[in-house]
Amino acid sequence: MQNNNKSERVRSDEKIALLNDQVAGNGLISRRHLLGLSLAGAGGLVTSSVLAADAGLLTRPAWSMTPGRDPSEYGNPSSHAAQIKRLAPAPNAISPGTGASRTPLHLLQGTITPNSLHFERHHSGVPDIDPAQHRLVLHGMVRQPLEFSYEDLLAYPMVSRVHFLECSGNSGGNSSGASASDGSAGGIHGLLSCAEWTGVRLSTLLDEAGVAAGASWITATGADAASLGRSVPLDKALRDVIIALYQNGEPIRPEQGYPMRMFVPGWEGNVSVKWLTQIKVTDGPANFRDETSRYTELLPDGKSLQFTYPMGVKSVITSPSGQMTLTRHGLHEVTGLAWSGSGSIRRVEISADGGRTWADALIDADQRELALTRFRLPWLWEGAEAVLQSRATDSAGNVQPSRAAWVAQYSPANRYHFNGIQSWAVSAQGEVKNVYA
Amino acid sequence: MFTPDRKHVSSRFKSKALLLSLAVGGLLSVSAVMAADGPGLGKPIDESQLQGWDLIVQPDGTGLPEGSGTAAQGQAVYEQNCAACHGMKGEGSSGVPALAGGSLTTTPPLMTAGSYWPYASTLYDYVRRAMPPLAPKSLSNTEVYQVVAYVLHLHGIVERDFVLDRASLPQVKMPNSGNFIDRSQVQ
Repeated sequence: MQNNNKSERVRSDEKIALLNDQVAGNGLISRRHLLGLSLAGAGGLVTSSVLAADAGLLTRPAWSMTPGRDPSEYGNPSSHAAQIKRLAPAPNAISPGTGASRTPLHLLQGTITPNSLHFERHHSGVPDIDPAQHRLVLHGMVRQPLEFSYEDLLAYPMVSRVHFLECSGNSGGNSSGASASDGSAGGIHGLLSCAEWTGVRLSTLLDEAGVAAGASWITATGADAASLGRSVPLDKALRDVIIALYQNGEPIRPEQGYPMRMFVPGWEGNVSVKWLTQIKVTDGPANFRDETSRYTELLPDGKSLQFTYPMGVKSVITSPSGQMTLTRHGLHEVTGLAWSGSGSIRRVEISADGGRTWADALIDADQRELALTRFRLPWLWEGAEAVLQSRATDSAGNVQPSRAAWVAQYSPANRYHFNGIQSWAVSAQGEVKNVYA
Repeated sequence: MFTPDRKHVSSRFKSKALLLSLAVGGLLSVSAVMAADGPGLGKPIDESQLQGWDLIVQPDGTGLPEGSGTAAQGQAVYEQNCAACHGMKGEGSSGVPALAGGSLTTTPPLMTAGSYWPYASTLYDYVRRAMPPLAPKSLSNTEVYQVVAYVLHLHGIVERDFVLDRASLPQVKMPNSGNFIDRSQVQ
């Protein structure tokens, strides 16, 4: 009883100290608490409540008393983490293999997406390609058309780059839905992943074939049943596009284009053509279905934007996020992801009061270009209703717009390139829900 | 993997010889110099080998094959291969886009091949490479001309007896052409 009283008193003292360190409304606490400069009390606050719950002698678990299993050839996650899966739809009966599965962003940490959880978007399923029979043909406006085998490309000098990949239609449900859907962070924003991609610079291959004078675009197609095609301006193709052969160190997965995909850093995911088999150098875009009918943005006046390539500056809080429930009062970490197709992330601000006040989140120091950034900020939640938001700024000075400002730019029919601010409402009971705010 | 086979070596020597001759002729281009970046393993091929393999059709008609078709001929092709999902009049069905009709000024807008697509070439390119979904690339070049003519006719863009071929297709004026703003230089 005496201990409990002491604990209550400590808690209240620490709370006052934390509140004195508040940097924005509704409980957002200074980043100092994440930088190892925190008040001694912050850790104690959590520890005391845990100890109270687990009073009694510790026993040794069974797995400490008997040898575990042998090493294995290809590892799997713990059976206790088996619920961490892609959010995949039911099979498409009309157009087999067409559809998407989403990365469960709300169940992951850090910035690298495991290969098994990288989002998928296919337009006619995942082909089972024998790399020995696969060919990459480079032709069109070149001095010498060339054909490369997979084995040929493995012998070329390679580069490794960490980049996000985001589908142009990501988060589209929040762009046009009349009311906010009851979704999780992965369910709404999970057409987003980040991996280390290793492969051959496209410029190396283009130089080998010799680009002819007057060429200004490349047109690329895949070896899937849809033979999906996209056009890319030649200057981008020469700047940083790679023929990716490896994903996080292993051969790229079939659903990412095995044995090779074009990877176009920072640009809408659809242009990173999977199962790449053809690059035709041209003097103009092909105007494929996926750059006319789809992946164009209808404006309120009936005109449309075409070839909108870089993904806009964007962020989303992954915890706390939709469909989660906060089960205790006290200190929480607000964390999420930020990215931009126009550079690196300079700043992420967080609001707990629906955008009235903002505080700078801590972002990792080693910012990469065109890659995911993890941000964090402590938040003291004591049961008050809250609306959590994040707002990213990139190295080019672009600031993530509010949802309302984004919606006003387009026709209600447009769902592409949505990068409006995500709002998560937290109820007094701790339930977190997607809202428009 | 690292044992160079004879073919690779010889093609490499050949390309070096070519570079040398270009250099001697004073024609050495920047891109030829850059080829030194890689081992030069690309095998030369000829564009003629890509006939029937390269399916890319551009708005100016580049890539269109021989052959022709009318909407009258295309109706049967359409009804056999397309109507089950896209509807008898191209009205679409649940989860399947409408092809004809629609307008961008209604609320909500209805974006169909007829009301939205800027180029007829895209119809030819897409149908040939990706349709029908259960058997893509199964239609002959002539059948593709026929069925594209029929889809255009469903939206009232061409007459029933209009002959669609590599010369006439690039001339077809789509209702929404000219309403696309090119953002490709915003990188």
